[in-house]
Amino acid sequence: MINIFNSLLVMILALNLLALGSRSILSVIRIIALQGILLGILPLVLNEGLSIPQLIASLTAISIKGVVIPMVMIHAMKNIRIKREVEPTIGFVPSSILGAVITGSVFLLTNQITAGNGNYVNMIIPAAITTILVGFILLVTRYKAISQVMGYLVLENGIYIFSLLLIEAIPLIVEMGMLLDLFVSIFIITIITNHINNAFSSLDTRRLTTLKE
Amino acid sequence: MVYFQVIIPIALALIALVVQSNRIRPWLVPIAGVFHFCLTLWLLFDPEQCYVNSWLILDPVGKIILFNVSLLYLICSFYAAGYLQYRQERQNKIFVACLAAFIGIFSMVCWSHNLGVMWISIEGTTLITAPLIYFNKSKKSIEATWKYLIVGSVGIALALLGTFFLAYSSLVGGADASMDFYYLLENGATLNKSWLQAAFILLLIGYGTKMGLAPMHTWKPDAYGEAPGIVGALLSGGVTSGAFLAITRIWQICNVAGETEFTSKILMGIGLFSMLTASIFMMNQRDFKRMLAYSSVEHMGILILGLSVGTTALFATFFHVIASTLTKGMLFLSSGNIHRAYASKNTRQVTGAIRRLPISGTLFLIGFLAITGTPPFAPFVSEFMILTNAFTAGHLVAGSLYILFMLIVFMGMGITVVKVVYGEAPEDAMDTPYHEGIMTTMPLVLFLLMILILGIAIPTPLTQLINEAVSFMEKPF
Repeated sequence: MINIFNSLLVMILALNLLALGSRSILSVIRIIALQGILLGILPLVLNEGLSIPQLIASLTAISIKGVVIPMVMIHAMKNIRIKREVEPTIGFVPSSILGAVITGSVFLLTNQITAGNGNYVNMIIPAAITTILVGFILLVTRYKAISQVMGYLVLENGIYIFSLLLIEAIPLIVEMGMLLDLFVSIFIITIITNHINNAFSSLDTRRLTTLKE
Repeated sequence: MVYFQVIIPIALALIALVVQSNRIRPWLVPIAGVFHFCLTLWLLFDPEQCYVNSWLILDPVGKIILFNVSLLYLICSFYAAGYLQYRQERQNKIFVACLAAFIGIFSMVCWSHNLGVMWISIEGTTLITAPLIYFNKSKKSIEATWKYLIVGSVGIALALLGTFFLAYSSLVGGADASMDFYYLLENGATLNKSWLQAAFILLLIGYGTKMGLAPMHTWKPDAYGEAPGIVGALLSGGVTSGAFLAITRIWQICNVAGETEFTSKILMGIGLFSMLTASIFMMNQRDFKRMLAYSSVEHMGILILGLSVGTTALFATFFHVIASTLTKGMLFLSSGNIHRAYASKNTRQVTGAIRRLPISGTLFLIGFLAITGTPPFAPFVSEFMILTNAFTAGHLVAGSLYILFMLIVFMGMGITVVKVVYGEAPEDAMDTPYHEGIMTTMPLVLFLLMILILGIAIPTPLTQLINEAVSFMEKPF
């Protein structure tokens, strides 16, 4: 099981880099959807025996992160006629390289954190921190409102990876509440994105600069 | 009891979505306010109701925050009903629904003793208030809502990570991984120090973003500036108090874990930095609503500074939560009236408010005097107590900086307020349709009465409530 678990984590990390290097917004949405599905599978391979609450939590996570949120975003994309390119501040190749460098250095640095519960920790903590940092890069280096939302999603995914360490401490209700909050926030953000597009005829957040000192 | 506090407002919010009349619908907000306040009073006098299960406990600190926000909401809710009558040109369905649901979700913040549930409810208050900022549907309000959502969501995501770190520190320390507040307090001594410190920093950044501490305050002037005055009052008194409650929780855990020195230094730094930032940006501020936002940043800084001084300043800090909330309510509501009458919030257009709106103009001026610490109002008492407590605890530099920043704020804010209140009102502002009615001025007068009474003498039940909270913070068991 550990092997499957670790290979899933490696795939998630590879998807991070793909998301950083993708040119089209639609493919970034798909990459993050796939990442969400893989994340939902992770807790299932972590435990030998499956419990019902665990199964419910995983299925909900898969359907919200992997299906519902991507669908909401693709739907929003259809309403908004924009150039479907990401338009980053730093180019695709440099940001992918930056992502790779971050992944490498986080894994090197966290090597020193000794494990509390066996082999899992060795991978979970650095994978979580890397994904969070990649989320930040996406959030900071993209101009389009909808791409920034995707950065936020990757950030949330990173936090979700960390929560695997605490699988017994997080009750089902709390986990559901977190997913609900995530869904509602994405839903509201997409509505606002739509209004940004209507009001400014663009999704470029560089136009949101009226309010300043 | 908690279920009623949550369910009644949410049920009223659902009713608001069904009611068709734009005139009748706003009255659902005062109904929610009255119900909620009555239930809160009942809870204060009947301690047996305050325990539901290990997740939902209303402890003394939660009581203060719940009482504080419930009172603010009660008064604001009547203002909301009056205000929305002036804004009949706008569909208020979403606005009323969100306003009613807000107090329900907020009650969960005060009740939750599981830090995960607490996080969910604080995130909930963020989401439910976003449509409120967007009420005017102008370009500027879209921008403000966007910043509020993105900055707020990222901040609160870090708070979630901090909550996980905290649970993990318990696991590394040898106990069970748990997000239960009492469990973490009981096992405080065993928590792993480095994970706890990391958790503290993440939680402070996360909930500090919600509170609007500098340098995470960037959403605040935009959101408060563009939202209707009533929303400003609820955000600056309600949402921020909830985030402050969350920070007191982690402070308590760090205290039990013996990390007081570490947390004090950071809190003091960030508190003073917030006051500094506020005092700089308040100078030459032409937009009086943004000025109030910076004033809110300043007062959040004061609260955090009070917390950093330690147990001796806790009484003053909790009192300041109430004093500043009520004063802010008065300031935001009166600024809302002035904004409505002049259709501008820039001091180039807004002058002579005291002639155009005698009541709101006067109360805006008094609110300014009160919030900057002029006797005999309540903030004077709390601000002065925090200062003396800081000096007696030996924080001479921090205390002196505190006086300095308060002085700069007084001057900076004073210039803007004097411009708004005195002088000749421009011709075109005299014929705008807004006129002061009882619904939009009585709430202000009530706020004034309360801060005046609290400034002269703190009623015994309130002293008792705050004392209970202080001893709970010192020794939870």
